[in-house]
Amino acid sequence: MSYLNPGLPQPAPARDGLDEAYWKAAQEEKLVIQRCKDCGAYQWGPEWTCHRCCSENLTFEEIPPFGRIYSYERVWHPVHPALAEQGPYIIVLVELPDRNGARMVGNLLGDPHQEVQIGAPVRAVFEHHEGEQNNYTLVQWEIDTS
Amino acid sequence: MERTVRGKVAVVGIGETPYYKRGQAPDPEFKLALKAIIAACKDAQISPKSVDGFASFSNDRSDPSRLANALGCDDLRFSNMQWGGGGGGGSGAVANAAAAIATGMAECVVVFRALAQGQFGRFGQGPRSNVISGSGAFTVPYGLMSPAQSFAMKVTRFMHYHGVNQEALRAISLASYHHAQNNPRAVMHGRPLSEEKYDDSRWIVEPFHLFDCCQENDGAAAMILVPAERAKDFPHKPTYILSAVSGSHYRAGASVHNTPDYATSTFKTTVPRLYDMAKLGPDDVDVAQIYENFTGGVLMSVVEHNFCEPDGCNEFFTKENLTAPSGRLPINTSGGNLAECYMHGLGLNIEAVRQLRGESSNQVPDPNVSLVASGPMVTPVSSSIYGSEATL
Repeated sequence: MSYLNPGLPQPAPARDGLDEAYWKAAQEEKLVIQRCKDCGAYQWGPEWTCHRCCSENLTFEEIPPFGRIYSYERVWHPVHPALAEQGPYIIVLVELPDRNGARMVGNLLGDPHQEVQIGAPVRAVFEHHEGEQNNYTLVQWEIDTS
Repeated sequence: MERTVRGKVAVVGIGETPYYKRGQAPDPEFKLALKAIIAACKDAQISPKSVDGFASFSNDRSDPSRLANALGCDDLRFSNMQWGGGGGGGSGAVANAAAAIATGMAECVVVFRALAQGQFGRFGQGPRSNVISGSGAFTVPYGLMSPAQSFAMKVTRFMHYHGVNQEALRAISLASYHHAQNNPRAVMHGRPLSEEKYDDSRWIVEPFHLFDCCQENDGAAAMILVPAERAKDFPHKPTYILSAVSGSHYRAGASVHNTPDYATSTFKTTVPRLYDMAKLGPDDVDVAQIYENFTGGVLMSVVEHNFCEPDGCNEFFTKENLTAPSGRLPINTSGGNLAECYMHGLGLNIEAVRQLRGESSNQVPDPNVSLVASGPMVTPVSSSIYGSEATL
């Protein structure tokens, strides 16, 4: 069961290999982000060099699947045919604590009409898909009530 | 020696095609470009053959070699594209053209932009491919794929942080539609907007109603730039470039919404350079054209050009304050991208010149300083300031 109706473009690892480790980890229900092995800086999205020290010596490190809502939006107008019957949906920008301010984009699961609070704690939910070219996993978020 | 373009370059011609709703232009895009350039040359009373440079932005498809051929230009010296930024490059293209003239690389440069979204693709639609990779793979599958969706996230954060009400966005839209009613060129001429109509309009993506979003249009616009010492050889009251800058802050281009300073129009680092070069400040500005892809960008742009404190938006952004002739800061006096035409913001530069000539359809009384902010949130952004002879 997916949050959004089927038919949107499906994510595939970049052919240059830059983000392959992220997509593989997500399928294994692990949340990873890029980290510099030289200076220790975290960064997202993936890039070939560390933004802080320009090192090419980067890795993908598993982090706890928790964050806080940094911003959000409720989308009403469908800009893709797959969303024509969707109705409103919520996209959240999630800040990952203690990772140099790195953020990830996902949907906020639950009632699409719910009131959203900036700063609210959320946890990752791994949404598995069978794709046309490859299977893939989207990292979604739900309010963390624990 | 001071390095600057201040006062060294003048705008002596402006030209536009009629503006059309998206897909309704009777001409292909390249022909629209030619028509706007020829109109600008006619306005300056010069032959298109004497144009020796072309500058544009946002990967404009009208190639300078083909333009020079079609116009019979005698001697092409400068062909330039401002990289990236979508509408953020509007004043950047002016800056590049001015730099070429100020340094003697060219004598007569056209800054132009042409769009036929019927002939080519639309801006406001998601990708139609089955598979997506790269940075888009981290946003598009979540339904985050249009410009409105990309920017609403920033604006929500800004409005939350500074307690800005929806009425501030509404005032920006009302000002543009108000001005368009006096501008026969405006696509929304004859289609006024009221508070009720705005409030009742559908959400595109919160906090943007339909009327917070720019149009999608067909048409073309062009400006002719020459060295300032030649400015009085042309028929119109000369307007001078006092400053034109572009740029973006530290890691503004970080993918997946990861720029450290997030809730910004991206002008915080460029505006000090803008005013320094112009040798004036926000209090000297008589009228401003502030690029509206979406009203939320105007909100942050006005703050970042130091016209208003971020925590003072609810008081500053009223229709009365934003409308000509007597508002505190009349903005988008042609109707702008919301209600005149979305010519990727080059129309805003033309309107800035019109104000200084005294030819605007919503004229501010005797302005000397006219500011343009191009393309909030799309990086690199750019701004320009034009001045009358009295400012030199």
